[in-house]
Amino acid sequence: MPKEKLEKRVVLSPDGEEIHIDPLKDYYSQELPQVEKLSSIKVVEKFMNWARANSLNVVAYGTGCGGIELRPLFSPRYDAMRFGVSMRPTARQSNVIIVSGYCAVKTLKRIIRVYEQMPSPKYVIALGSCTINGGMYYDSYNTINRLDQYIPVDTYVTGCMPRPEALLAGFAQLKERIKAGEAEGANEYAEKFEWYKANQKKIIKDWDMPDYSW
Amino acid sequence: MESSLSKFGWALLTIFIVLNYGLVMRASMQKIRARVSRRVGVRFYQFYIDLIKAYSIRTHLNHGVMYYLGPVFRLTGGLGMLMFIPVIYGSMYFQNYSSSGDLILVLYFFFFGTLGMALGAGEGGNPNAAIGVSRGLSQMSVSELPLIISVVSVAAQFQTLSITEIVAAQQGGFMNWVLFSNPLAFATGFLALLASFAVGPFGIIIAPQEIPIGPPTEYGGSSMGVLMTNRSIFPVAKLILYTNLFLGGATSWIELFVKTFLFFFLFSFVGMVFPRFRTEQSVDWFLKVPLVLGVITLIVTSILY
Repeated sequence: MPKEKLEKRVVLSPDGEEIHIDPLKDYYSQELPQVEKLSSIKVVEKFMNWARANSLNVVAYGTGCGGIELRPLFSPRYDAMRFGVSMRPTARQSNVIIVSGYCAVKTLKRIIRVYEQMPSPKYVIALGSCTINGGMYYDSYNTINRLDQYIPVDTYVTGCMPRPEALLAGFAQLKERIKAGEAEGANEYAEKFEWYKANQKKIIKDWDMPDYSW
Repeated sequence: MESSLSKFGWALLTIFIVLNYGLVMRASMQKIRARVSRRVGVRFYQFYIDLIKAYSIRTHLNHGVMYYLGPVFRLTGGLGMLMFIPVIYGSMYFQNYSSSGDLILVLYFFFFGTLGMALGAGEGGNPNAAIGVSRGLSQMSVSELPLIISVVSVAAQFQTLSITEIVAAQQGGFMNWVLFSNPLAFATGFLALLASFAVGPFGIIIAPQEIPIGPPTEYGGSSMGVLMTNRSIFPVAKLILYTNLFLGGATSWIELFVKTFLFFFLFSFVGMVFPRFRTEQSVDWFLKVPLVLGVITLIVTSILY
């Protein structure tokens, strides 16, 4: 949304009173995320986790240079689709986001929005050294060093750049975590929401979006 | 009372069989497509897992009543169509709710879901969904013409609007099938249905790389699950209708599976071989080829029968 549209607009009510409307509050839901309850029956939750682990829909969004490593995954050589991994073009229908490589502040804003728009339960794979400690960009003015300060990360794939095989191994590891019921990143995000938000706002100076993008 | 209850039970069984067949068939089509590009492809039970996952998503978003009703209408279209087609010819159990004049009713259900989805996607507010809807409706309005012409010429050939009677008239050897007795009607209907399946050349409605998946962009979780359920039922319902109209129906489930699989494979074949049209190109094509073919079909049918 263009910046000028984010300024408050004045609406005249029928009895002549001026009402100032904040577009962020007008257009977007102000709800904050809640911790979602697991199914009370253990077997059901386990079964659903098995289904979640075997149907990983990756949102098609390459954030850094590692995005180039995602394409070969679906080519004949690596063929991740046989493991139940597929790409979805929209955040609403995906449950995995791969933060691939260095993460500029500008990109971080988009990553946060995409991550928040994905339906829970959702998982994050951090690809490459840059997401762990900054990698070769550790002293850059424009990139973040540790991704897990801003969104909860489930699996790290190290290397610069990791080959597609490493990413496949990352997927296998993520599957194990989901099946074991350990990958509850979305609930963790809701629990420690204030901490994550404070970290994000410290880095992103021009914060012009709602606190949680539904 | 008991007969209507048992009828309902058989109808539920039909839906169950068709849903399972649709899930497996879609996966096998994906596998065939993967083998063409030398991949292994998805597992044959992948769509079952996807369906379970979609229904086990915890977040439920809502943009309003129409947004909620969009997938419901879509599923109603698929189920309604299936319910009014006699699935197995000669079987007393799988006639479902078909009666005389069901051909017209089925055609209404054919387009019902698309329109409901258009309204639902509109309320989602995503511009990509609106673009997908406008593309889909413009393509649908031109592909409908040859489709209706081919169905009407089959109805005119046998002088009936009852699908059961159309199937009955085609019994007694494959040379009685409309495919051979009126090949022009089959060709028109086949070309017109390509748009409905959104295969290769006509897939710009849901172009994932360009307008993220089009109309269902904003749908996720269980509403996506409803859409995925319909995606397995609706194509099979359409193919059962086509089998009844052009291939002499089916007297057993096995025969039905073979015939519908053949249709589905032909559609996938077209999708794998031909590149994608732009919207105006596909509109032009439907007005030039299937529509002209359809007019010729009508003239020939009226002379011959």
